[in-house]
Amino acid sequence: MNAKTQDLSARSGKTARGVLLATLAFGFGLPTVLLAAVLVLSPVSKPAMLVAALRAVGVDLSAWSPNARYVLWAVVMVVLALIIVTFAAVISGMTVWWEMRVSARMQSRIGYNRVGAGGYFQWIADAVKLLFKEDLIPADADKLLFRASPYFVLTGFALVFVALPFGESLIAADLNVGIFYITAVTALVVVGILIAGWSSNSKWALFGGMRSAAQVISYEIPAGLSAMVPVLMSGTLSMQGITRSQGAWPWEWHAFTNPFALVAFGIFFVSQLAEGNRTPFDLPEAESELVAGYLSEYSGFRFALFFLVEFGNLWVMSAIAVTLFFGGWQVPFAGPEVFAAARGAGELPGATWWGLQVASMLVFVTKTLLVLNVVVWVRWTLPRIRVDQMMSLCWKYLVPFAFVTFVATLLWEILVARAPVASHVAGGAMVAAMVVVAFFFARQTRQNISAVGDRVDFTNW
Amino acid sequence: MRTNAGKLSWVAAAALVAAFLGYMIVEVILPAGAGRAAPTAGALTLPDVVFYALAAVTLAGAGGVALSRNILYSALGLLFCLLGAGGLYVFLSADFVAVTQLLVYIGGVLVLVLFAVMLTSRITEINVSNTSFGRFGGILMFVAVAPVLLAVALLTPWAAASAPGALAPTTATIGNALLTRWLLPFELASVVLLATLVGAVVIARKEIKAD
Repeated sequence: MNAKTQDLSARSGKTARGVLLATLAFGFGLPTVLLAAVLVLSPVSKPAMLVAALRAVGVDLSAWSPNARYVLWAVVMVVLALIIVTFAAVISGMTVWWEMRVSARMQSRIGYNRVGAGGYFQWIADAVKLLFKEDLIPADADKLLFRASPYFVLTGFALVFVALPFGESLIAADLNVGIFYITAVTALVVVGILIAGWSSNSKWALFGGMRSAAQVISYEIPAGLSAMVPVLMSGTLSMQGITRSQGAWPWEWHAFTNPFALVAFGIFFVSQLAEGNRTPFDLPEAESELVAGYLSEYSGFRFALFFLVEFGNLWVMSAIAVTLFFGGWQVPFAGPEVFAAARGAGELPGATWWGLQVASMLVFVTKTLLVLNVVVWVRWTLPRIRVDQMMSLCWKYLVPFAFVTFVATLLWEILVARAPVASHVAGGAMVAAMVVVAFFFARQTRQNISAVGDRVDFTNW
Repeated sequence: MRTNAGKLSWVAAAALVAAFLGYMIVEVILPAGAGRAAPTAGALTLPDVVFYALAAVTLAGAGGVALSRNILYSALGLLFCLLGAGGLYVFLSADFVAVTQLLVYIGGVLVLVLFAVMLTSRITEINVSNTSFGRFGGILMFVAVAPVLLAVALLTPWAAASAPGALAPTTATIGNALLTRWLLPFELASVVLLATLVGAVVIARKEIKAD
């Protein structure tokens, strides 16, 4: 060991205080700033609020021509869209870092630890490196489509955020057909992947693209059917409507008020893993078989865009799952009447209302990050399955079970309409069962760790 | 001899289309236009611009489908055409139909591309070409489709709303209509789909004899 490596290993145990502070400030500051911008802009971008807000700062819009007002509104929407896409990119990068840390921990490796405390700035360093790399296009590729496919992928990903809620009034557009819209635009990502696979003119890429398309078309059916279960329970397709029909406490969530909805959540989760090409369904980019699948031939920033979407999708799928099954942004003790009272009758809402919005956003982000963590955890626990296993899992198990949950939910809703106490009983019983399961899980984990003479230790991160 | 026949067929085709167009204009378009007020041109607003942009995307996509020699470019043209049409549905306050359009047809385009890739033997070469449907086939299609489209365009009482306001939820209405008034067509359509599925399985499945 020469002097330099010794020096590095000596330093790696303890991070300088300045680096630690800078990492913490940046790691928490950047998403906080972006979320704060979403918090302010998404209610203000609604036409009525925009007029009131501008009047409050002394700009009177009533003198403006209709076209000028449209342009102003369009500009505000573009700014909001840019902020939300930036948030998506940042959360995607942070997910990469978190995933690498978790995987290192699970595989007894060290993982990222050089750039910043805990190697946090690695995702920024990677992105900068990819920006400066040469943008290669294979000689025999279809140049137009090869260049175009990252845009398809990014568009399909960014369009989802239009109907993705962040809080009580924090959504770019609460579409009447929200969850249906999200299912529809996600398909654009697959079009991009398929085009990428074909236009590269490489057999690895083509196989990857074909596998991806086959996988997504298959798994869209159980995903759509199981997403219909919370829709049936709420009677609306709107994301905010689905959240509003649930309560803040676990025994009021869709997943726990109906025993079939929990099964539906399982089906939805597995299907979303498959649609997001995540392990154990990462056949389209199986490194050991297909180099990197559909993006084998990509380099530089186009490659970065594919990866941005892939990791950003973890946030999207977690946020959808939280909205559909786990109560979304519902804040305890703050029902719709509390929000309405805090809103007041004035044109601009009061400070309490903004406080409630912050609370709802915090609840939503926390739940989403918890689900996201489970997705990361699954990836580093399960091995990749074979193509035939992937197909038979979808068609022989998930699709029939999704149909069963669908029909059973219809019957359950009839029962709840006759006897509303059924959903309370189910909620109480299932939450109690979940607590018991969590207790046994924790006890088993502790026993497993102590059985090999290890101890629960978080100091060596 | 062959060139003469070719020219003659062109002349015959052109005469047929001209006669058809003349008949349609005199018998359908003029009577339909007679009863209504001439449209007045208002000021160009931003929603109008969006409408024209969507219409342009739709037309460009349709052109791409018809004119491209590469089957994948045709499929992508179809994607843009249907995306544009979906946007136009939003202008008609039909949000559910618009999203269904996206869901069904992006999925449809996906399947199309998939089949193009799987079933075209020379797909690994970049210059795969579409075969043309033929002149008379094209005219036949035109004559068959044009009256339907014209009738829809002329006979529908179009809502004259200039800007899409807040969209009323249409999902429940559509669901009720499908399960009451239009139940039989709805069920028939599902039988057709079932027949297609069974047919696809029969065609795609190869019998493997045990011996």
